[in-house]
Amino acid sequence: MVVKRALAIITLLIIGYWLAQGLAGVPFGEDKMLVGQYYLDNVKQQTGAVNAVTAVVVNYRGFDTLGEVTVLFIASTGVGALLWRRKKERTAKTEGSIVLTTGTRLLFPFVMLFGAYIFIHGHLTPGGGFPGGATIATAFLLLYLAFITYEIPHRGFEVTEGLAGMNYVAVGLIGLAIGGYFLFDWIWQTWQFGWDNVGRLLSGGFIPIIYTIIGIKVGTELSGIIDNMLKEEVSK
Amino acid sequence: MISVYYFGAIVLILVGLYAILVKKNLLKILIGLSIMETGVNLLLISIGYVSGKSAPILSEGIGPNQAVDPIPQALVLTAIVIGVATTAMALSVAILIYEKYGTLNVEEIRRLRG
Repeated sequence: MVVKRALAIITLLIIGYWLAQGLAGVPFGEDKMLVGQYYLDNVKQQTGAVNAVTAVVVNYRGFDTLGEVTVLFIASTGVGALLWRRKKERTAKTEGSIVLTTGTRLLFPFVMLFGAYIFIHGHLTPGGGFPGGATIATAFLLLYLAFITYEIPHRGFEVTEGLAGMNYVAVGLIGLAIGGYFLFDWIWQTWQFGWDNVGRLLSGGFIPIIYTIIGIKVGTELSGIIDNMLKEEVSK
Repeated sequence: MISVYYFGAIVLILVGLYAILVKKNLLKILIGLSIMETGVNLLLISIGYVSGKSAPILSEGIGPNQAVDPIPQALVLTAIVIGVATTAMALSVAILIYEKYGTLNVEEIRRLRG
């Protein structure tokens, strides 16, 4: 046991030294931007977004985000498939204290509102679809923790999740039809909607639309994962 | 002299790897995996930092020349979500393993000796 740990530590120290040796050639805090500078210089004209990170995520590298959404969808489907049982119920025995339940009732709308704020303003403020969706899932987690019988409305949630994913692809396909390539920003480049409005809400091309879709999708998906993990088989 | 951010990221990666190599409890291995992910994300973010510059949100006095590299942040946004997805999958597999074998010790689980 001790030998194994000592061996592990020695190996890790060698790996760490090796990594540090490699990173010594990468200066910290210096300007290393090549493509990044292009994105920063052109982000306002080309996408209408003020937040360069969300412009890169949705616009310049939209395929990454589509893949990411797919990974999350597969994970949620996978969790559902792995934990699938015929009779599943929540088995929590103790209701949360009165402070917790009342606090949850009060907090729930505020958390939902803040989550929606985050994903709608993805092109202006830090955040975007994934943090906003995670915030919305947190609201449902609060409900699950405070009430022993709460369950998300499954039918509505799963349909919403699928529809949101389909809409993302549909927005991309409209771009293919109008602009010639998948995920072409038709609202900004063709319609020029919000052209003189950069930095305000009604700008940013299709970034707010796609981020709203992603936020709804991520929120329902993570809530579904929570739901699957909190339920257990009931032997009757 | 290596930067403290690089050093911290490497230490996080090594701590995670140590947990994966040495620990027997499946949940502790998954915790190690998550720590490793955090280390990798921290490393990516700190590579994109440019000293003295601000977040890449071009509003109110922050022009294209006063912002850090946006690409590593976009990469890490992707990586975090994928980390969460894999962790959720691994945790549900751990739940199933506990129900089937009654233990989370990787040496006691049949056909997984090592």
